[in-house]
Amino acid sequence: MTPRLRTPLRSALLALALLGPAAQAKDVALLNVSYDPTREFYAEVDQAFAAQWQRDTGETLRVRASHGGSGKQARAVIDGLEADVVTLALAADIDAIATNGKLLPANWQSRLPHNSAPYTSTIVFLVRKGNPKGIKDWADLARPGVGVITPNPKTSGGARWNYLAAWAWASKEYRDGGKVLDFLTRLFKNVPVLDTGARGATTTFAERGIGDVLIAWENEALLTLNQGDTRGKFEIVVPSLSIRAEPPVAWVDKNVARHGTRKQAEAYLRFLYSPEGQRLAAKHYYRPAEPEKVPATELARFPTVTQVTIDQAFGGWKQAQAAHFADGGFFDRIYQPK
Amino acid sequence: MTTAALPSLIPFRTRRPLPGFSLSLGLGMAWLGVVVLLPLLALAWRAAGLGMDGWLRAIHDPRVQAALKLSFGAALAASLLALVAGAIVAWVLVRYRFPGRRLLDALVDLPFALPTAVAGIALTAIYSSNGWVGRFVEPLGLKIAYTWLGIVIALVFIGLPFAVRTVQPVLEALGHEQEEAAASLGASRFTTLRRVILPELLPALLTGFSLAFARALGEYGSVIFIAGNKPFATEIAPLLITIRLEEYDYNGAIAIAALLLAASFVCLLAINAIPSLFAHERREQGRG
Repeated sequence: MTPRLRTPLRSALLALALLGPAAQAKDVALLNVSYDPTREFYAEVDQAFAAQWQRDTGETLRVRASHGGSGKQARAVIDGLEADVVTLALAADIDAIATNGKLLPANWQSRLPHNSAPYTSTIVFLVRKGNPKGIKDWADLARPGVGVITPNPKTSGGARWNYLAAWAWASKEYRDGGKVLDFLTRLFKNVPVLDTGARGATTTFAERGIGDVLIAWENEALLTLNQGDTRGKFEIVVPSLSIRAEPPVAWVDKNVARHGTRKQAEAYLRFLYSPEGQRLAAKHYYRPAEPEKVPATELARFPTVTQVTIDQAFGGWKQAQAAHFADGGFFDRIYQPK
Repeated sequence: MTTAALPSLIPFRTRRPLPGFSLSLGLGMAWLGVVVLLPLLALAWRAAGLGMDGWLRAIHDPRVQAALKLSFGAALAASLLALVAGAIVAWVLVRYRFPGRRLLDALVDLPFALPTAVAGIALTAIYSSNGWVGRFVEPLGLKIAYTWLGIVIALVFIGLPFAVRTVQPVLEALGHEQEEAAASLGASRFTTLRRVILPELLPALLTGFSLAFARALGEYGSVIFIAGNKPFATEIAPLLITIRLEEYDYNGAIAIAALLLAASFVCLLAINAIPSLFAHERREQGRG
């Protein structure tokens, strides 16, 4: 019995020993840990960058991608997922990697142009064809009888932008803390479902037919608008004021040092700022940070939106996070039972 | 023939298909230790680090209380429903022969195999206001998706196989004879059910119930799609764990997780205690 058992075991080990180094030889691999809706965008970026890198250096490079909820992805990196680069939905998640995991310096956001955000998006409304409830601006979302779909800011990075956009509009409109809080309370009273992520909320609105308006990232809204089975069923409403959603990117210093991939990781992220990278961002409905590098025809799909930035309106992510989304913050107060 | 076969039969019977007892036990314990015990120990260790004070503070939060109430209540309701439905399904599968029985038998395990998120999305599609069922019951004022009712339905779905699969083998072993004997002594169908069948099934029913309950308590994937996830209304405890983690509040998450773990553990301990409670009957049945 024992020799019979040993032979396949030994050959398996031998095969592993032979395969292991062979598979790794000469190949450089980068791991990009990203959030959900960037899947299709990075699939194209990775191919384009690998081709360019091969032309420039002769090195074969493979980018592996990991997608998931932005906060979950950040936690995975903190807990040891060896990301070379992270491309997440909000700076707070990369801040968490810097403070909780000590994997990159606290000033990571100043290392790349435009706050390390090579592309941006903004928050818009998606309404049903013909806009039956006549939704024009944020005020309409707090009207009784209007169903509002947004994911839970506690579980979704994207939803935090939605919430902050509403807050930014309200604080400009009312200029009074109590009234702002009251507006957001009324708005969230109109939310029948708090999905855990942005794609879930889009499904609830578009497929299940729940609610009258979806608060969404512009790139997700444009995707829903132009996608096969939802084409022609919805329209986009641009509010009078919105927020500039800046999904940032960073290389993870500790991990690239361990893998010896610092040079490739940085080149990969800088590629996002190249004309090719910017064009791909626009193609996948993200607003390019440097639109002058992109043909005007690719920019025509983006309507003009008055935007505030998180630094102007909230003093940056660290403050916004602590004041609004931490346990006992403003969002929790909005949801206290009366 | 028997005398000739006997000498070779004994060594054959004592030779086990797996290597020696100590090696098997060692490997088994090692697996159990690394795969099950170690992560749970780490959780218990972290929970102990909170101290009784910190733990109580985290649990006393009104939102946590609401979520726990909902989770325990829905799990209880769902495992009771799953138990009744499961016992009937098991009865039909064991006692009747009909075309498609094998298919039905295989279908029972589907909730085990299906990614729970898929189940959640499918259930939501059926019960939401424009779904197959939702569009008919919602005009009658019965909302299922995004209410606690939807949560219970999702939990029945994932709990059902536990009830069926624990009751089924006992029913198979039971046989008709005792029922026939009871009937021949003049017992009514209800008396036969109450005095003959149910006592035999009770340990299996309790086991099925506890397994379904423990599973329902921790279920996440299928529930979050149909629950609506509104704080104080339809937010389940496992989701609140995720929310605490999303806030990088590891302690808050661990406090809730430890409570759910303890509850599940009590359930499983109860399961293990059940056979010894009924050991007498078991022994008689085994020897018979």
